[in-house]
This record gives sequence, structure tokens and C-alpha cells, in this order.
Amino acid sequence: MEGFLQQVVNGITLGSIYALMALGYTMVYGIIRLINFAHADVYMIGAYVGYFCMTFLNLGFLPSLVIAMFVCTVLGILIEKIAYRPLRNATRISVLITAIGVSLFLQYGMMFFVSANVRTYPEMTGIMTKSINMGNIVISMQQIILVSITIILMILLQFIVKKTKIGKAMRAVSMDKDAAELMGINVDSTISFTFGLGSALAGAAGVLVGVYYNTINPLMGTVPGLKAFIAAVFGGIGIIPGAMIGGYFIGAVEVLVAGYGNSMYRDAVVFAILILILIVKPSGLLGKNTREKV
Amino acid sequence: MKKLIALGLTYAVIQILIMTNLISDYLQATLVTICINIILAVSLNLITGFTGQFSLGHAGFMSIGAYVCAFITLRNPTIFGFLIGVFAGALAAALMGFLVGLPTLRLRGDYLAIATLGMSEIIRIIFINLEITNGAAGLNGIPQFVNWTWLFIFMTATILGISNFIKSSHGRACISIREDEIAAEAMGINTIKYKVVAFVIGSFCAGIAGALYASYFYYIKPDLFGFLKSVDILVIVVLGGLGSISGSILAAILLALISTYLQSFPEIRMILYAAALIAIMIFRPQGLMGSRELSLELFGKLGDSLKSKKGRV
Repeated sequence: MEGFLQQVVNGITLGSIYALMALGYTMVYGIIRLINFAHADVYMIGAYVGYFCMTFLNLGFLPSLVIAMFVCTVLGILIEKIAYRPLRNATRISVLITAIGVSLFLQYGMMFFVSANVRTYPEMTGIMTKSINMGNIVISMQQIILVSITIILMILLQFIVKKTKIGKAMRAVSMDKDAAELMGINVDSTISFTFGLGSALAGAAGVLVGVYYNTINPLMGTVPGLKAFIAAVFGGIGIIPGAMIGGYFIGAVEVLVAGYGNSMYRDAVVFAILILILIVKPSGLLGKNTREKV
Repeated sequence: MKKLIALGLTYAVIQILIMTNLISDYLQATLVTICINIILAVSLNLITGFTGQFSLGHAGFMSIGAYVCAFITLRNPTIFGFLIGVFAGALAAALMGFLVGLPTLRLRGDYLAIATLGMSEIIRIIFINLEITNGAAGLNGIPQFVNWTWLFIFMTATILGISNFIKSSHGRACISIREDEIAAEAMGINTIKYKVVAFVIGSFCAGIAGALYASYFYYIKPDLFGFLKSVDILVIVVLGGLGSISGSILAAILLALISTYLQSFPEIRMILYAAALIAIMIFRPQGLMGSRELSLELFGKLGDSLKSKKGRV
């Protein structure tokens, strides 16, 4: 039982990362129907920015987190402007291929500049090294901080989407782009804002992963990116609470498979879940069935 | 008839070049890569370019062909064993294509891309974990039977087979699915059936390509058939033009030559690949050839128009 609870704690930690990334996927998909493959690499770059701030600028954890989120926001908006905006009216396959191109470009561009070597985050000091023991369950301070930052960011996101004017615009554009434009909403800047918001969350996830797992490399984004996307699909793509639920679910499944089954198969299990959902309920857990009309 | 002569000439010229040792071993390896890539690209073009089903799992089918052929030729290292290996590998890949395609082809566009990507990752992870595939280290010492003759036979068979399929009524049905799935269904086309047919033929050919790969390079490991391999094939298809077989062939040759030059800078090669993908999609989304085909008649027409222009001047 204690072993199981410990696994659940680890699963929640990992799930927070997936949930943060899944939010970016789900918002972008909701608004322009694109699987933004480059999202995973924005997360990787966030991790590198955090590493750079902590190692070379000797900044603390929170300032590094904020800087990484800012850099990623700018990057996300730039990617949208350069690569996706010219294709606004192209077929979905072309945009998807472009997204793969952007993703590879970021990965190998990064590899060219910082080399493919694994980098190690600096040792944490002070309160970050402490841990709490409850019986045999160990919860480290890092896990608590990671989960609480995730929750704070999610509440902030919910606030932006539900209570602010730009959030209203986002929801309107994702419902019907043309109608939103007729109502005087600037669709382009709303899409830019969505990309920025999603990328900021990915950047935060990158720094948190760096702090928690210590090692980063230019290809670190691919697999978590796919899993975060699966999490978004699981919860119902385009639905923000769905992405959170999906993220925690995928994190928990992965940790439990690694803990009780064969850890080599944990990626396979996640992909199998994806195929299963797509077959049984493609609209996801919270999604509604929509019929395609001519 | 003209086509047969052209094919025969291509084969003979390269065969003579190889026999007289004018083509070095390194160039021969490039030649093999080109042929295998042509098979892969043409078969992916059938799925993505002609039927409009975006698959990111082509490398998965290739790996099945490669492993099955490797098993059989390792147990039975004769030319007969090799042929059985190629066909068994292709059949196994086709079977897998059927099993995967039947449920996932109900999905549209990007969902299908992710599902096929997930499927090929599952295949790769299974190969890493199985005992008989020797895990991540891979299989070594696979007997080499592939030579230019075999490559040429399989390559032309694939190209002719697929281009004839496209010209048949089944192929037309596939193209109509790409143009508009709902309209195709309304016209009485069994869309699921044709999508699965295209998917199975495509994975069959990918299996052949994998088998040839295993037999020529005598070493395979699961990581060779990852996501990047699928993207490699996709780049060829996109560059050549979605829906143009001759475009795929041209692009396979072009990209192989470029990557030969960039052999010593793998990172720059990938950056250029990625930048090319983005640039093609933004500036020329139809690729080099669009959905047109290069044919001998086209050369004839070109010649005629040149002549007539000269006449006018």
C-alpha cells in the first residue's frame, strides 16, 4: 500500500509536467486545429534557458522560471508568425508537415549550438533539498514546489481564459473563426496570444523538469511531447480541464507501469492507450461528439 | 515499348558501370539507399499523396519487413531463403498494415498521423524488448544477397505496380477519397475499404524495402526505424510532390545526393532538411512536381515545343 502511494506521489509529479504541456497542445489545437509538434521543442528550449540562467547568470529558481517562460512566449509567437501564419488557409496536412519541420529545426539547431551532450542542472540549495516523510512515503520539497507551481499556473490560465477579454476572444475564435472576425475580434493577434500562453506553460514545464530530473538534452522534448499530446487527446482535445485530467492520468499510468510492470514498456502502454481512445472515443473523456457537415 | 527500352537501358548502363568497377563501393551504397528510398517514398505516396491519409509510421512497416527477412535469411542463407524472406517480410508488414489500418483509418488527418506514429513506436519498443530480435543491439551478420539486379527488379515492380494501381478504378477511388471523403462516400465508394487497401499495399512495399535494407546492409537495429526515418521518407514524398510518383523518384535521388555531400555534418543536414520542409510548405506546397508526372511523352512534347519555337525564330 505504501509502495502504491509512493508511486501515486511520483505519478502526480510527472503528471503535472504532462498537464502543463498538454495545455499548450490543447489550446493551439482548439484554436487552429493543428498538432503543434514544435511545442515539445519549446519545452526543451525552456529547459535550456533555465539551465543557462541558473548556471551562467547564477539566478535563483523563480527568476529563472520567469525568464524561461518569457523567452518561450516570444519564441512561440515567433514560430506562429514565421511558420504557421502564411499557411492559415492551407490544407491541414501542409500545416502539420510544417510543424514537424519547425520541430526538427529547433532540435537540430539547438544541437548545433549547444552540442548533443547531456547537460546537468546545478544542485539545488536551501529549501529545495528538504523532504517530508510520512510513514514510508517520501515527498521531496521539489515535488511539492513543482506540483504547486503547476496548480498556480493552471488557476492563472483558467482565470485568463474565463474572466478576461482576451480569454473571451480565444474562446470565440476556437468556436468559430469567421464569426469571431465578424464580431470585430482580431483573429491573428488572438492566435498569437494563444501560442504565447501555451509556450509560456511549456517553458515552465521545461525548467521544472530540469530541476526535478537534473539532466537535459536537445532531444528531450520528443517523447514527453507525444505523451502530453496523448494526454490532451485523452481529456478531449481543445478542452482545458480535459488536458489537466489527461496529464495526471498519463503520468500516473506511466509511473505505475514502470513500478509494477516492465519499465521498458511504459512508452508502449501510453501509445496503446492513445490508439484505444482514438478507436473507442476519439472525442476524448470530456469531449462532445461533433458530426462533420458538408 | 519505349518504356521497356528506357528501363532496360537504365539497368544495363548501371550494371556495366558496376561490373567495370567505375562505381565505387561507397557510391554503390548510395545507389542502394536511393533504390530503397524510392520504394519507400512511392509506397508512402500511395497512402499520403494519392489517398490523402497522413501516415507517420512508415518506418514501422519497414522494420517488420527487415526483421522478418533477417530471421529467415539467417536460418536459411540461400537465394531461395532470401526470396522467401522478402515476401514473408512484405506479407508480415502488409498484415500489420491491415491490423493497424482497419481501426485507425476511421480517424481523420492529424489523428491518423498520431495513431500511426504511436503504432510505429510500439513496434520499435517491442523489437527492443524481444529476446529473438536481440534487443537494442540488433541483428548482425545477415547474409547479403541484394545486388543491383534484385534492387532494380523490386524497385521497378513497386513503381509499375503502384502506378498501375492508381490508374485502375480502385486507384481512382483512392484519389476521390483524397479530394473529398464525404463526396466520395456519397458517390457510393466504400471509403474505409479503399483506405485500407491503399494502406496495405503501401505497407507491403515498405516491407519489401525493409527486407532489401536488411539484406544489403547486413545489420539492423530498432533505432534505425524510428520517427526520424518516417520523417525522412515523408520529406522525400513532400519534396517530390504529394501525388506524383516521378516526383518521389526525383526527390529520392536528389536528397540522396545532397546527404552524400553533407555526410560529415549530420546536424547541418537535419537543419537543412527541416528548413526545406518549412520552406516547401510555405512557398511551394505542391512540391517539385505537384501532382503531375514526368513521362517519356512529356520529353517528346518538350522536344516538339523546342523545335517549334526554333522554327518560329
